[in-house]
Amino acid sequence: MLRFAVRRLIGMAAVLFAISVIVFLIFNVIPNSDPAQRIAGKNANPALIARVRADLGLDQSIVTQYLTMMKRIFTGTLTSYASSQNVGEQIWKGLPATLSLCIGAAVLWMALAVVFGYLSAVHAGKFTDRTLTILALVGISVPVFWLAAILLYYLSFKAQIFPTSSYVPLTKNPGQWAYHLVLPWITLAVLFVGFYSRVLRSNMLDVMNEDYVRTARAKGISERQIRIKHVLRNSMIPIITLFGLDFGAVVGGGAILTETVFNINGVGLYAGQAIGSLDLPPLMGVTMFGAFFIVLFNTVVDVLYAFLDPRIRLGEAAPA
Amino acid sequence: MTGSVGEIEAPGIPPVPAGVAPDAVRGRSPWYLAWVRLRRNRVALGFGVLFIAIVLVCLAAPLWADHVAHTGPDANHITDKVLVDGQEEYVVSPDGTPIGPGLHGRYLLGADQNGRDVMVRLLYGGRTSIFIGVAAALVTTVLAVLVGLLCGYYRGWIDAILSRIMDVVWAFPVLLLGIALGTTLALGGLKIGGLAISGDSVWIPIMIIGLVYVPYMARPIRGEILALREKEFVEAAVAQGKGPIRIMVSELLPNVISTIIVFFTLNIANNMLLESSLSFLGAGVRPPSASWGTMIADGYQNIYTAPHLTIVPGAMIVLTVLSLNVFGDGLRDALDPRAKIRLEH
Repeated sequence: MLRFAVRRLIGMAAVLFAISVIVFLIFNVIPNSDPAQRIAGKNANPALIARVRADLGLDQSIVTQYLTMMKRIFTGTLTSYASSQNVGEQIWKGLPATLSLCIGAAVLWMALAVVFGYLSAVHAGKFTDRTLTILALVGISVPVFWLAAILLYYLSFKAQIFPTSSYVPLTKNPGQWAYHLVLPWITLAVLFVGFYSRVLRSNMLDVMNEDYVRTARAKGISERQIRIKHVLRNSMIPIITLFGLDFGAVVGGGAILTETVFNINGVGLYAGQAIGSLDLPPLMGVTMFGAFFIVLFNTVVDVLYAFLDPRIRLGEAAPA
Repeated sequence: MTGSVGEIEAPGIPPVPAGVAPDAVRGRSPWYLAWVRLRRNRVALGFGVLFIAIVLVCLAAPLWADHVAHTGPDANHITDKVLVDGQEEYVVSPDGTPIGPGLHGRYLLGADQNGRDVMVRLLYGGRTSIFIGVAAALVTTVLAVLVGLLCGYYRGWIDAILSRIMDVVWAFPVLLLGIALGTTLALGGLKIGGLAISGDSVWIPIMIIGLVYVPYMARPIRGEILALREKEFVEAAVAQGKGPIRIMVSELLPNVISTIIVFFTLNIANNMLLESSLSFLGAGVRPPSASWGTMIADGYQNIYTAPHLTIVPGAMIVLTVLSLNVFGDGLRDALDPRAKIRLEH
């Protein structure tokens, strides 16, 4: 167990290191994207560019620049080129909004996916199943930002049922917090509801053919009990794996579209603005933050998986 | 596939009745059986036809532009007037609101804020969107098959290195990676050796989208190759003196082709969604090229006055992606009824 954990941690660090190098290279090696030139503006004279370059340490070697940036990330002193704000602080400031959005959406998508997947599997081939299957496929086919825009237009602007965008902190007014987040939650959840309910449905259909289900039936346990206690429970294991990965990905930058359209001042919107001004430090910070979440949840899921399914032995190499 | 024809599950094919001469029994390839299964799935087939229809209509864009709308996708008509119910109306009214959809020949789906014909732009934009989706899916497929074959066949350090690279791409926040690459490459273009791609080329989003989805496809293929590699027919091929490349291409590849086909179809759908997201965030298709994603990005600025500019291209994305997803789903059921391939996103 300890060996497994240590190996996973080393793997995590290696992946994060590789990602930081790639992000750094994307912004430094690709031709014609000299940051000093960009920051100094279009019509800057060479002297100004040189000064900006010296100020930001861009005249040093690539390796030194990379090491400086990493040092700043770890000491929390990374600052934006464009606005000279502290990147760590900005991410920290955006975190409550992003987590509010992601956790709420996650609760919604898990609950709906379990209900829809269960109903679909139990009524496999029937009308309910067909309808839910079509809805699920529509759900995974809708561009997130478009759904957000349509919901905003019809429900907020036309029908005026929901407020138009922006975020109210939970500590300020819990009622308004939830009210303002209903549409973003739905938007972010739709894709995953469609995807998870499909996976759960096919898992459940697989499990229903297992021997232990037949045994349970032979013991005289009611069909409802079998479905919930034996079938649903065992079908949830792969879903939990998926959930870990997707939740990590959503917190780590996946919510950028939802945050942009609903104007939620979270980490994603911060990254979006940094992209607009090609500001490397915030992007580096947010990408590392996102990758960290993804890798972290990957690892958590691997460990959790071993607990949920004793057939998987931790000593063996995790499936790559 | 071992065993005789009679053992293969093939709904819809009646068993050979007793008394029929053996030479009357036609050999049925797995492809034929798959086709039989697919043919029974009317919904999937219907959506497959729908996708082909959308492609054909988009390919016919110049016909509509020249003969019905009499304008190009980038032609502005801000000051023009158009006849609506016998009355002349501005294409873009003085307060900036463009004309909406209606049965007035030209501007069937209305105009945008620059007075461009939305229908014409939609058709041309569809060409870009679908082209990017398909081309990126080809890039993904070629790379993923290569990685999957190499990892699964050679195992050892080749597998270790390639799998770790896949891990890194996998752990990258997809949208952030796409946006970072999209924005920087758009500035300066890309030069690899003698190959130069300019910053506004559609090949930049194609390369980016093609790259980020490689791990999602390479992993399952690698897994299948790992299992197939242990089979006797590979051993037989080795015994016959076949080299690694010939074994990979002529022994292993045909066995994963059904997986590849299904992934390819679903991958086009995912690519089109990613393209629209990147374009919406300004890191995808560059002007003057239009795609459904950039049309939404433009139209969204005016959603309260001209919602059709957002609704119409989005609806086309949904329709196209949905048709691919439903068709891909049916294809999977047909090609490999017990398959574990799932929609990745």
